[in-house]
Amino acid sequence: MSPTETLKLKFECETGNYHTFCPISCVAWLYQKISDSFFLVIGTKTCGYFLQNALGVMIFAEPRYAMAELEEGDISAQLHDFDELKRLCFQIHQDRNPSVIVWIGTCTTEIIKMDLEGMAPKIEQMIGCPIIVARANGLDYAFTQGEDTVLAAMAHRCPEWQAPHEAFGHQREQENHPNLVLFGSLPNTVAEQLTRELASQGIHVSGWLPESRYEELPQLGPGVFVCGVNPFLSRTATTLMRRRKCQLIGAPFPIGPDGTRAWIEKICQVFNIQPHLENLDQREKSIWESLEPYISLIKGRSVFFMGDNLLEISLARFLVRCGMIVYEIGIPYMDKRFQASELSLLEKTCKQMNVSMPLIVEKPDNYNQVQRIRALQPDLVITGLAHSNPLEARGITTKWSVEFTFAQIHGFTNARDILELVTRPLRRNNHLKDLGWSELVSQTK
Amino acid sequence: MKLAYWMYAGPAHIGTLRVASSFKNVHGIMHAPLGDDYFNVMRSMLERERDFTPVTASIVDRYVLARGSQEKVVENITRKDQEEKPDLIVLTPTCTSSILQEDLQNFISRAQASTDSDILLADVNHYRVNEFQAADRTLEQIISFYVSSNPNKIVKTEKPSANILGIFTLGFHHQHDCREIYRLLKDLGIEINLVVPEGCAVTDLKKLTKAWINIVPYREIGLMAAKFLEKEYQMPYISTIPMGLVETASWIRQICKQTNSQMDYEKYIDHQTRFVSQAAWFSRSIDCQNLTGKKALVFGDATHAAAITKILVREMGINVCCAGTYCQHDGDWFREQVQAFCDQVLITDDHTRVGNMIAEIEPAAIFGTQMERHVGKRLDIPCGVISAPIHIQNFPLSYRPFLGYEGTNQIADLVYNSFTLGMEDHLLEIFGGHDVKTVITKNLSTDQNLIWESSAIEELQKIPGFVRNRIKRNTEKFARSKKLEKITVEVMYAAKEALAA
Repeated sequence: MSPTETLKLKFECETGNYHTFCPISCVAWLYQKISDSFFLVIGTKTCGYFLQNALGVMIFAEPRYAMAELEEGDISAQLHDFDELKRLCFQIHQDRNPSVIVWIGTCTTEIIKMDLEGMAPKIEQMIGCPIIVARANGLDYAFTQGEDTVLAAMAHRCPEWQAPHEAFGHQREQENHPNLVLFGSLPNTVAEQLTRELASQGIHVSGWLPESRYEELPQLGPGVFVCGVNPFLSRTATTLMRRRKCQLIGAPFPIGPDGTRAWIEKICQVFNIQPHLENLDQREKSIWESLEPYISLIKGRSVFFMGDNLLEISLARFLVRCGMIVYEIGIPYMDKRFQASELSLLEKTCKQMNVSMPLIVEKPDNYNQVQRIRALQPDLVITGLAHSNPLEARGITTKWSVEFTFAQIHGFTNARDILELVTRPLRRNNHLKDLGWSELVSQTK
Repeated sequence: MKLAYWMYAGPAHIGTLRVASSFKNVHGIMHAPLGDDYFNVMRSMLERERDFTPVTASIVDRYVLARGSQEKVVENITRKDQEEKPDLIVLTPTCTSSILQEDLQNFISRAQASTDSDILLADVNHYRVNEFQAADRTLEQIISFYVSSNPNKIVKTEKPSANILGIFTLGFHHQHDCREIYRLLKDLGIEINLVVPEGCAVTDLKKLTKAWINIVPYREIGLMAAKFLEKEYQMPYISTIPMGLVETASWIRQICKQTNSQMDYEKYIDHQTRFVSQAAWFSRSIDCQNLTGKKALVFGDATHAAAITKILVREMGINVCCAGTYCQHDGDWFREQVQAFCDQVLITDDHTRVGNMIAEIEPAAIFGTQMERHVGKRLDIPCGVISAPIHIQNFPLSYRPFLGYEGTNQIADLVYNSFTLGMEDHLLEIFGGHDVKTVITKNLSTDQNLIWESSAIEELQKIPGFVRNRIKRNTEKFARSKKLEKITVEVMYAAKEALAA
């Protein structure tokens, strides 16, 4: 490899034949986050079957979501979809009394061109409950992008920001920065942790999109600054900028202590606030120290991301900083503008750690990737459930990628959880290493 | 449109993929959007499959929507042909491709020119059939394709032999059942010609007609193929389910008659029933007396629900209040099978109806799917899982057949462990147990305001914990029926008497 090659990130795009979750899976975490919501997935048995299997035991806890299962009559337009949806929404409103009903459009509603956006306002008026439409379908999006479509739709419903009255001007001055709204759905404790992290720098978070109740959506408008906490929120960012005239702070994402620090620093910089550097230095340093036992396990090891949830760039950047070598970062979709700061931090980190730049593969091809994995023999493959067991049986250590979506990974406090996940298979290997049966697939075909 | 959040049977393409990936060296290609390849996850996780699931998606995205698949499906077929060199590629339509109405058959004809593998388009309609029906049809389709393409004269095997049709990936205890049937047939001196489709190569299917008989252990998948082989190749089939002592015996008799067996199979049956299987002895042992007349509810696929109902009633003396299945397409058969054995028959695929039925009957134990297990948890009623849909814990590593003589042992254990243990039951009744915490209402329906007098609450707490909820509900049911608003100790006793009457 010539030196120039290692200086820049390399981007590639493959066939898009890869395994990931359908974006409707976002209802799993969003209905839990937004506690007064109800999610109605308008789709077929296929969607329902995916949800019931992917969500596992959650299903049995009377979840606040349901399928509006399309039958043959709906497809062939023998039934009037407006009346059908009205009937179901009336029923939901009566049984559950949610503050908002979110319609999740699917592949089928796209193909039969069901005018969900047109019908929603009418039915909304009839039942007196807001209805939000998000087209989280597998034709256009992958896995976590489902949340992006929901939040982008929700951004339209946030109340308009009212500039404070002159009389109250002195109150605002204490904060000495414009309103800041953070976007991205995080468990309440994690959201609180990040809010406090910023508060200790003198930055007040005026709201989150989403809040834990629909009725508490934050005010948005010109003059409000917004910042994302997850890398897959590019549509939401665009909507906030273009439609709500907010100003976007493009920062790396607060994943890992390095990411969290860069995120805080970027926000401070935009607001012209001098970060309490000593404070921040100390905080980052003590986190890295506490991670030392984990880092000693992964230092110098290689990792391969097959790609399925768009967290890949941030996780790879953190793992490089931990001393790992990243061969390949597969990613479903790469928004180079929204992820610009994250990408440059990745580049910077690689240089700092003196490792070669990873290859970033958009829309990967799982078959080709498995061939590359066989050739490279990485120490760890981060991949979906479809490939985990087959790779393990061939002696290749894997970590199941979906866990990163459901675990708490943001902020200083949770960096440990990321490494807990990453090192788990390696620690397992240490326990079992002397048994001599790491390859468990018969060679004869 | 139907409001639902849980279903018993999966969509059609799952059935097709289960057939395709059960065969050896067959590749399934789904014409589907991103994320629909969830089947691979299920197979890899539930079955803990070591090999890559031979299923890929030919992705339908925005471009395909605008311009049609054009070269894409053909390219994907040729590519898989080169990469994996499968014997057969099954192109699987999904709900999405059903409405796109692309001419998939045309893609296949075009791909055929440049591939070595055989290619079939699964003949299933997403909106008309479910997982089981689709699997049944796909199996018949593949079998008829390979059997019909072999015009040679049929030569039967020298010794009596049988095919087993319907052992699948992701099937409920299928691997164990298959081993058990194999053992039984070996005892009867019958050779296994082919097990289809699990682990079978499609190139071997031409040998299918050499067997003397076909055995279809489960009603849901395999019957269509068996009927086809009977019609076209005069092969008799046996669709009795060898689950439980009585049915296993009748299954053995049918097989021996069909193959003109010279062995003394009655003696074999008698020996197996009385001494090899422990189930016959178990149901006579005094321990099992406590189960007599206990109330149970059974729900599952047609095969398992019918067989378990018969076992509970006929072989263990348990009272099945309600037997049900979600296999609505096979409802008539099911009703005919269980009618004489239970108080009522429930045929529905709506899990809330099943849940309400359980809440209403309050059986001492449930035998159902994972959904019924969770209903049982909420109502404090034990549940034994006897049928799909199932979770990973229903793919045990140890040998756990439901069929044959070892199956009867497994079922007896399952049934016995599901009911509160007899002695424990007895002791709790005498001493009232140690559990005197306040009553927690666990109910599927909303409670109306009935007032419990404090003396009645005290009385209620004397009742052993595990029956307390039932007594509470029965008393309330009684109070409501008498339009009483206040529940006193007297009302409680009146309710008990009314119930006993």
